[in-house]
Amino acid sequence: MKFIIAIIKPFKLDEVREALGAIGVAGMTVSEVKGFGRQKGQTEIYRGAEYSTNMLPKVKIEVAAADDLAPKIVETIQQAASTESIGDGKVFVLDLGSATRIRTGETGDTAL
Amino acid sequence: MIRKILSGAGAMGTALFASTAAFAQEAAEAAEAAAPVANPGNNAWMMTATILVLLMILPGLALFYGGLTRSKNMLSTMTQVGGAACLAMLIWVMWGYTMAFGGDGSPFISNFSKMFLSGVTLESTAATFSDEVISEFVFISFQMTFAAITAALVLGATVERMKFSAAMLFTAIWLTIVYFPIAHMVWYDGGDTGISGLLFAMGALDFAGGTVVHINAGVSALVLAMFLGKRNGYPAEPMPPHSLTLTLVGTGLLWVGWFGFNAGSALEADGFAGLAMINTFVATAAGALTWMLMERFAGHKGSALGFASGVIAGLVAVTPAAGNSGPFGAIVLGIIASIIAYIAVAKLKPKLGYDDALDVFGIHGVAGIVGAIGTGIVYSPALGGPGDATEYVMGAQVTTQIIAVVIAIVWAAVGSVIAAFITKLVTGLRVTPEVESDGLDIGDHGERAYN
Repeated sequence: MKFIIAIIKPFKLDEVREALGAIGVAGMTVSEVKGFGRQKGQTEIYRGAEYSTNMLPKVKIEVAAADDLAPKIVETIQQAASTESIGDGKVFVLDLGSATRIRTGETGDTAL
Repeated sequence: MIRKILSGAGAMGTALFASTAAFAQEAAEAAEAAAPVANPGNNAWMMTATILVLLMILPGLALFYGGLTRSKNMLSTMTQVGGAACLAMLIWVMWGYTMAFGGDGSPFISNFSKMFLSGVTLESTAATFSDEVISEFVFISFQMTFAAITAALVLGATVERMKFSAAMLFTAIWLTIVYFPIAHMVWYDGGDTGISGLLFAMGALDFAGGTVVHINAGVSALVLAMFLGKRNGYPAEPMPPHSLTLTLVGTGLLWVGWFGFNAGSALEADGFAGLAMINTFVATAAGALTWMLMERFAGHKGSALGFASGVIAGLVAVTPAAGNSGPFGAIVLGIIASIIAYIAVAKLKPKLGYDDALDVFGIHGVAGIVGAIGTGIVYSPALGGPGDATEYVMGAQVTTQIIAVVIAIVWAAVGSVIAAFITKLVTGLRVTPEVESDGLDIGDHGERAYN
């Protein structure tokens, strides 16, 4: 099993969600996060006083998936979230040790 | 303000009564014998105008200032505005009104004959600029709101670090030694035989308080801010406004209330009030858009705060000119004041390094000075102003305006230093560094604005 973490631009969330739904991803966890990478921050100006904020708002998506589906998910997120400009985000894939469905106690791929 | 005797209205009245000569004779005798009676229409307008000025303070100025501070100082800022205004109201009826408008005294203050409003009755009246009168209680209330808002305006420079107790004590001393004398100097008309205020006697024009309210508040705010010192972390640490939404709500309330301030300063519902009204629309509109254009010229985006700042700059600039300018003179005044205030706030302040937190000097002081001096120009009948073509000389009027501005600046600065010094000795000025870091809402008032 793989655990996939994607950091994307907030306005791309709907497209990514729909694209993942289309390839059979049944669930995900979404959080609003802040961070920075190559895009750095943005500048705010109040009556001439400039403040550069070095953290930008992003959306983090977490998906647990079976090994065979994981590459497809990564590819789908990459395509759906891309605007071909800096700040589009990243996708990370981790090995997932176990998964348990709380309601039934099922484990492994059947719990996903 | 300038006294206008509307002889035309009197002549028309005489003509109407001329058909019955005997009745006219009786009426004239009766009028001479009886004390003047306030016209209910004018009274009603002045009561409305008075309440509009209160709207400028609470919630207008409180929201405008509050939104500009950090969220941990929202309640402190709003409470200081309200507290200073309330204290000013009480002091006004005790010794303020009599010092400013209590009758002949010296060119600097009236006298103390109307302490605690002694002698003011339902029948007593205050003169307007024609042969009309308004009830004295209405005049006292109207002028009271001016003292209240000016005291509250000053505290915008010192938010986020000045103690509530210090703000109250400073307000009491400052009103007594700065505001009441300046209001007297600019507005007290002793008539042909009495002793007018110093600047009034010079012929300085200040329709609704550009000098008394805005230059005075701006200069005093700068002095107090410098006396108090910078906020911890300023300017390295970001201190962005916590709610520009509330600031824009406050801006709108200030603009609406300003019609009471400016048009009400005609002291009756006449043509001068109408002129002040149209000017309060157009100068403000010009100021708002000009500030946003200045931001674009400086390479930035036109901003909501820029819009709000331009509204205030335009309003401040047109205050002394409200009934002393034609509409197009007012527009030019709004544009110029907005440009100069923008430069003062965005370019000059960072260079000079003082922490006038909400730009009371940068906007009220600077636009007030531009407006006060500019009033001498736009008053010109050749530019559409209401000046008397046979008497008006631009050079002389502008010189008078400049002298009046300088006197007001010096008086306000010296008085503010004294008031700040006494306050520092009695209560101390600043909150502790810990309270400043936690926010004055929790530290000074034991509450949070947002839970």
